[in-house]
Amino acid sequence: MPAVTETLDTVAAVTEGGYKWGFSTDIEMDMAPKGLNEDIVRLISERKGEPEWLLAWRLKAFAAWLKMEEPDWAKIHHPPIDYQDLHYYAAPKKKPGPKSLDEVDPALLAMYEKLGIPLRERAILAGVEPGDVEAGEGERPPVAIDAVFDSVSVATTFRATLAKSGVIFCPISEAVHSHPELVKQYLGSVVPAGDNYFAALNSAVFSDGSFVFIPKGVRCPMELSTYFRINARNTGQFERTLIIVEDGGHVSYLEGCTAPQRDENQLHAAVVELVAMTDATIKYSTVQNWYPGDADGKGGIYNFVTKRGVCRGARSKISWTQVETGSAITWKYPSCILQGDDSVGEFYSVAVTTNRQQADTGTKMIHIGKRSKSTIVSKGISAGRSDNTYRGLVRIMKGADGARNFTQCDSLLIGDQCGAHTVPYIESRNPTAKTEHEATTSKIADDQLFYCRQRGLSQEDAVGLIVNGFCKDVLKELPMEFAVEAQKLLAVSLEGSVG
Amino acid sequence: MNAVSQTSLQAAAASFRARYEGLKERLGGDSIQRAEAADAFAHQGLPGPREEAWRYTVLRPLTEVAFHEPVVLLSDCAAGLAALPDLGMPRLVFIDGRFRADLSDAVTGAEVRTGAPAFGPSVALGEKMVALNAMLAEDGAAITVAPGVDAGAVMLVSLGSDAHGVPVSFHPRHSVVLGKGARLTLVEINAGTGVYFNNPVLVAEVAEDATLVHLRMQQEAAGAFHLSTVLAEVGARGTYDSFSLALGGRLSRVEVHATLLGEKAMAHLNAAQLLGGSQHSDFTTIVRHHAPATASRQTVKNVLTGRSKGVFQGKIEVARIAQKTDGYQMNQTLLLSGDAEIDSKPQLEIYADDVKCSHGATVGELDADQLFYLRSRGVPAEQARNLLVRAFLSEALDPIAHEGARAAMEAAIAAWWERQA
Repeated sequence: MPAVTETLDTVAAVTEGGYKWGFSTDIEMDMAPKGLNEDIVRLISERKGEPEWLLAWRLKAFAAWLKMEEPDWAKIHHPPIDYQDLHYYAAPKKKPGPKSLDEVDPALLAMYEKLGIPLRERAILAGVEPGDVEAGEGERPPVAIDAVFDSVSVATTFRATLAKSGVIFCPISEAVHSHPELVKQYLGSVVPAGDNYFAALNSAVFSDGSFVFIPKGVRCPMELSTYFRINARNTGQFERTLIIVEDGGHVSYLEGCTAPQRDENQLHAAVVELVAMTDATIKYSTVQNWYPGDADGKGGIYNFVTKRGVCRGARSKISWTQVETGSAITWKYPSCILQGDDSVGEFYSVAVTTNRQQADTGTKMIHIGKRSKSTIVSKGISAGRSDNTYRGLVRIMKGADGARNFTQCDSLLIGDQCGAHTVPYIESRNPTAKTEHEATTSKIADDQLFYCRQRGLSQEDAVGLIVNGFCKDVLKELPMEFAVEAQKLLAVSLEGSVG
Repeated sequence: MNAVSQTSLQAAAASFRARYEGLKERLGGDSIQRAEAADAFAHQGLPGPREEAWRYTVLRPLTEVAFHEPVVLLSDCAAGLAALPDLGMPRLVFIDGRFRADLSDAVTGAEVRTGAPAFGPSVALGEKMVALNAMLAEDGAAITVAPGVDAGAVMLVSLGSDAHGVPVSFHPRHSVVLGKGARLTLVEINAGTGVYFNNPVLVAEVAEDATLVHLRMQQEAAGAFHLSTVLAEVGARGTYDSFSLALGGRLSRVEVHATLLGEKAMAHLNAAQLLGGSQHSDFTTIVRHHAPATASRQTVKNVLTGRSKGVFQGKIEVARIAQKTDGYQMNQTLLLSGDAEIDSKPQLEIYADDVKCSHGATVGELDADQLFYLRSRGVPAEQARNLLVRAFLSEALDPIAHEGARAAMEAAIAAWWERQA
């Protein structure tokens, strides 16, 4: 089929799809009233046309959530969240945004420019209402349909390729209908509905997210990234992602985007579940750059995320890589349950906080299988008046003969008004297991700075260079194209905090 | 925490409060501060597993025993006294938490006062075990060394017992105040027989240029509970240099808070925990760097056999003002049996940028290559293991400058090893 025809078909399908989900021009119809109760949970489920079992699951999670208390052990401070003052269902497309780029925070636009993002994409990212953006700098007016055009056709092209190899990659709301048996089997199998406060909340009201299934022996032919990147724009605040890789399968999945996204939703509570069977490998990379708030931390995103993977089979491997630069509050501990013998868990993290940002992030490695191995490399960079905490657990269960863990946590402080904290928990119940933990905290060495400055680099470039060197062990784990963007992002995030 | 243990903690706390109500007219010292402590304890109760600082040390076994006030009759403590190492230093002996002048020596170079404690400003009632202590403290040693005086060494002995068939609890309150440039080595030995609960608090004030060396041997009875707290404050260029050896007790915790208040103040908090059977022992430290150019060093070693559980929690806090801080902490554990468990939580909390702070933690068994090396040279297996364990501990023991005390520690460790074999 010629590309043009395919694209046109896609657009038609999308339009139909849009109606199918009942989007109407009436805003009242698209947004549930504020507040959270059983009726809202039912409404969400009904709007999504979910089967009975999923509604029951949501309601059970909601009942569990009601009985739970918001955790207070993390090193973060924020005014109490009024969970009744939020909308828990808003149909996509209907988010009111700025009418044109002129209304967008100039600081945000300046950052886009530095990151080299095309003007049209900038408007999309900033949430400018489609169709109203004026033409600028000789570009074509960025009409909304164009953007949808692009993303959907790209996604569809991908889908065709993926389908050929047997990979299922679709929104989880769609998977509920197209592959109910898989969703039913695995949803909540890694992060149970009542796992923790925010996971329970997510389970009750989750909006959408991705579903990935890699069948036996299949190596996913491409990085699952671009699609999600555009898809993510409208996914809402309670994402739910489920990735299952059967025996011998392999997938590399990338979420997030390097550009700070304008978002009306202050509270984000996502859940990601990964299942790796025998000899399967999942590589999950995240670049998180939600709006961090202004210099005083006002208006930033609260990001409370539960991410967990289980290495169910022998020799399975789950690798988390994250670059966290955004959000006013980050509460996130991507974890691995190393159940299979010889299974491998990895966690590579860079967390940058500036201004008033607070990050409390780390991982959990639970060693159950014999000879299971885990590696944790965490680099925290604090600047401005921010607080950056690494919090990690390494637990060696009794049966984990010959298990091995290596942990390296380094913190870099820039300026004397910030904080850097390290809170590792090491629990070992097996004498044949070996764990090693190392942590350091320091500032940028004066001699390194001097060396760079002496060779003509500006102060900011020098800091950028040194910080990138500090993070190298993590950045090299990112897929190539993102590693480059992430490097730029680090430099941009720290701008203005040196001097 | 389940409801049962919550209830049992509350019941145990209530019985301590009832003891206070019955005793308060007779307890000496500052009754206002004591009432404050009782209020704090009534409000806070005993620490439970939901508290971050107590997640690994659960006091449930403590709540299963009813403790009473020590009886006034003289306990038979001859055996306990005979077992003490002779370090050629004066000793202050407490039996079931009460000072026994007849068994103690006069101390030259330092002023020693015993009896009902004066709590002083560092009451720290927010610490639950300190509040319990302050509510019930009957006796203790207050040691003061005048500025510029080197007071040599003093041994502080606690012998506990249930010689009268009733488990007792005692809550001694000690203080050490060193004037500018003063020096003192305090060797603290806790031992006993039977089932009892020892809950001592020691407050140390180390002035500018002063040095307190605090060497502790915890050899409590196998059925004993030992929950102790040290609150040390160190002035400019002063040093609090401590080593804690934990060998005894059923459930024990040594908690050290060292606050470095003056420039270039220094704290050494070394420790070794050797546990077997179903022992549980916890070494918890909080070092607060509150002045520039302060330094702290911690080397903590655990050797665990049987079904024992070792805990290490070490926190280094660096305040904004404490630039040029140098903090180092190393925690290493040898697991010698398949049923032993270690929970280690080293923590850094840093608010100053020009600092050098690091910690390390390792857990593993004896190195097979090293064992093989020794075996291949004809060293018997048990001896080879002993040798390697001793080498493992040496990093924590070697810095002990007082040779007599170090030899006593070495001997106690050797005896411990014999008992395990």
